Amino acid sequence: MNLNAKIPAGPLAEKWTKYKSAQALVNPANKRKFDIIVVGTGLAGASAAASLGELGFTVKNFCYQDSARRAHSIAAQGGINAAKNYQNDGDSIYRLFYDTIKGGDYRSREANVYRLAEVSNAIIDQCVGQGVPFARDYGGYLDNRSFGGALVSRTFYARGQTGQQLLLGAYGALNRQIAAGTVKLYTRTEMMDIVLVDGIARGIITRDLETGELKAHFGHAVVLATGGYGNVYFLSTNAMGSNGSAIWKAYKKGALFANPAFVQIHPTCIPVHGEAQSKLTLMSESLRNDGRIWVPKEKEDAEKIRSGKLKPTDLPEEKRDYYLERRYPAFGNLVPRDVASRAAKERCDAGFGVGSGQAVYLDFKDPIKRLGKKVIEERYGNLFQMYEKIVDENPYETPMMIYPAIHYTMGGLWVDYELQTTIPGLFAIGEANFSDHGANRLGASALMQGLADGYFVLPYTIQNFLATQLTVPRMDPAARPEFRETLEEVRAGINKLLSIKGKRTVDSLHKDLGQVMWENVGMGRKKEDLEKGIRKVAEVRETFWKDVKVPGRADAMNVELEKASRVADFLELGELIARDALVREESCGGHFREEHQMSDGEAKRNDEEFKYVGAWEYKGPDKVAEIHKEPLDYEFIEVKTRNYKQ
Amino acid sequence: MDLTLKVWRQENRKAKGRFETYSLKKISPDSSFLEMLDVLNEQLVRENIEPVAFDHDCREGICGMCSLFINGRAHGPDESITTCQLHMRKFKDGDTIVIEPWRAGGFPVIKDLMVDREAFDKILQAGGFISVNTGSPQDANAILIPKKKADQSMDAAACIGCGACVATCKNSSAMLFVAAKVSQLALLPQGRPEAARRAKAMVAKMDELGFGSCTNTGACEAECPKNVTLDHIARLNREFLLANLKGV
Repeated sequence: MNLNAKIPAGPLAEKWTKYKSAQALVNPANKRKFDIIVVGTGLAGASAAASLGELGFTVKNFCYQDSARRAHSIAAQGGINAAKNYQNDGDSIYRLFYDTIKGGDYRSREANVYRLAEVSNAIIDQCVGQGVPFARDYGGYLDNRSFGGALVSRTFYARGQTGQQLLLGAYGALNRQIAAGTVKLYTRTEMMDIVLVDGIARGIITRDLETGELKAHFGHAVVLATGGYGNVYFLSTNAMGSNGSAIWKAYKKGALFANPAFVQIHPTCIPVHGEAQSKLTLMSESLRNDGRIWVPKEKEDAEKIRSGKLKPTDLPEEKRDYYLERRYPAFGNLVPRDVASRAAKERCDAGFGVGSGQAVYLDFKDPIKRLGKKVIEERYGNLFQMYEKIVDENPYETPMMIYPAIHYTMGGLWVDYELQTTIPGLFAIGEANFSDHGANRLGASALMQGLADGYFVLPYTIQNFLATQLTVPRMDPAARPEFRETLEEVRAGINKLLSIKGKRTVDSLHKDLGQVMWENVGMGRKKEDLEKGIRKVAEVRETFWKDVKVPGRADAMNVELEKASRVADFLELGELIARDALVREESCGGHFREEHQMSDGEAKRNDEEFKYVGAWEYKGPDKVAEIHKEPLDYEFIEVKTRNYKQ
Repeated sequence: MDLTLKVWRQENRKAKGRFETYSLKKISPDSSFLEMLDVLNEQLVRENIEPVAFDHDCREGICGMCSLFINGRAHGPDESITTCQLHMRKFKDGDTIVIEPWRAGGFPVIKDLMVDREAFDKILQAGGFISVNTGSPQDANAILIPKKKADQSMDAAACIGCGACVATCKNSSAMLFVAAKVSQLALLPQGRPEAARRAKAMVAKMDELGFGSCTNTGACEAECPKNVTLDHIARLNREFLLANLKGV
């Protein structure tokens, strides 16, 4: 298979401008004749649906939640990056591009990332225009903070609720289009499959989650904005309903799945409390602006703290190991997420962990002394409150405990420069695609990418496809066999789940899968573990199809059925993550192979053999997927070893 | 902890509901309230009883999807949180806990503890936005906004649209919800051109959808998980009055 990324020729800084001036557009009168399906209402989905509606297309937008405003983008806390250089601290489009490529450990495409940095400034303008109340200083100007992996302050924020405010902005734009009649929104509706007609994506099958009704929808093009697949691991910072089913169905219909092993483990999450734990809560990376991370220097002190004989606040300064500041003097507590996560795991595995042993401290004693409690409260008040409600300890008085957790998936559907998958007419945007973050995403860049794709990239590139479809009439799903057949396949799949009537609950099997994944395909990966992981995922999958218990009916609300259907897909996706991790015999970004490290424990990348995007092709139910490689050519930057020490 | 739960069960929109009693044993006080319900549902599935349907998603207090009236209080017995952030340590071993859905004319029950809050979306569709097309705005720092105004706007924008204000109001009024959006946008220069029109359209939609009127009891403010305050209602009233005076 030839993976053509369709990168426009010419100098890096001119590619996007050139593309836009040469691309085909659809004239205003023809726009309304095109139906576009957008699945998902997060930052990418809502911004795309609204922007396409404004242009005059007929848009159908779907979400599984009860309102578009609930999509999990809402939970992003810290901020959104842009190259405004309002702080006069040396930022530029080039620097944001460079930091993103470097942060991603040289496993993303130059042209895509440059475009992302290029449109970042317009996103901030757009959001301010929508009434997003970003933080400001007393002069009325926008304020910025710093995030991991950058030496400048380029992160715009709205307290600790930046994702919420940006999503409500996009949701407002979406509401305006719904009122105008250009967008029709379907809530509590889950996409069950994609319909292809002559190899082109022409629609989807949905299930109404309240009534159980299955329905076919036509679109001249289908856009997936369905987020990431972190919930393969059961415990993650994702919402309970976040799932990989839409992109997995696309994969099984022929779209390639790129870099599934690139999963981001976020260093600052609240540690696990016990067996009933249903999800993990993130503490924003912005806390690392001021908070200092440490564990005890001596194992005896760590033991005393774990057994409750010693309080962390009583441990003198010289007995604390601020290990990030020690190992990475230049970036200190603001190293990228993968580096911080691995360093925490290393200390805990070596016996220096606190709490249950799987936790490190994030301490605000010094910043409170330096800046006063009021300033810290203003910056992080809602995060401190959230921590206190969950853990029942006051972080103003005693250090927070944190531990890494599954957070974001850099991998996703393979897309070209136009964000089109290998299925014509099928586009993937936001976290659902793989395009911009390489092997590790920098903080505050997910919001930037979601909105870049939705507001400023897809509304252009999708027209280059639609302009070739002017002669394709609207199809009536009831009259087309392709739609009827796919719908019947979906119905059969649901009936199969209901007919097993076994003994194991869906959640118990999902937890089994999560545990296999975390232990074998987690933060530090080894060949034997990955092979064991593949076997064990297959075992859980077998148990699932033999012994899962899904009560209730197909033709009514059935929450267990919804979960079962998603977990069935996770059980296949988990295996692909492990296979991708197995063949990538190098350490890069969030993917760390124990066999490939430097003598000081840093990641050892292998550019000779693995400077490529690994895109997997589905070969059938009992066959092993096949990998295709898109080589990454760096024309404009020098590929270097990441160094956050100097 | 061992607990007795009295849970509202209702098959669908049309069915008549009833309370069912369940007992649960060995719940960890560190569990969240929804994790306790997960344990209940695992138990019910094993006993061949249909699990209790309840809305939830992010489980970190921001998506606004979880609801629940717990022992007569929206989001249960703790301040400034949503149900997903409520932890079992707020209860005592041996407690009986009564769990009901939001009860308001504007929020019909769909099943068990789930309600339909589409009315909130419809109110916002009536005008809860700034009319700006993608690509139109000028540079983000071109219009300065005093920090105090931006902060006040953010206070209002913190609303998560959960509906606790409506559920707790004796008139089932949606005034705090509507005020939060009107106030957020009215405080910003970008939102001024449409401020009067917005206030009028949203209030009219709220009335049309069957929400009651505001009699200033302040119950909504007391139960709001995001501490949206009554002064936003005062600002809504001012905008609404202005709209009428101007004949918008």
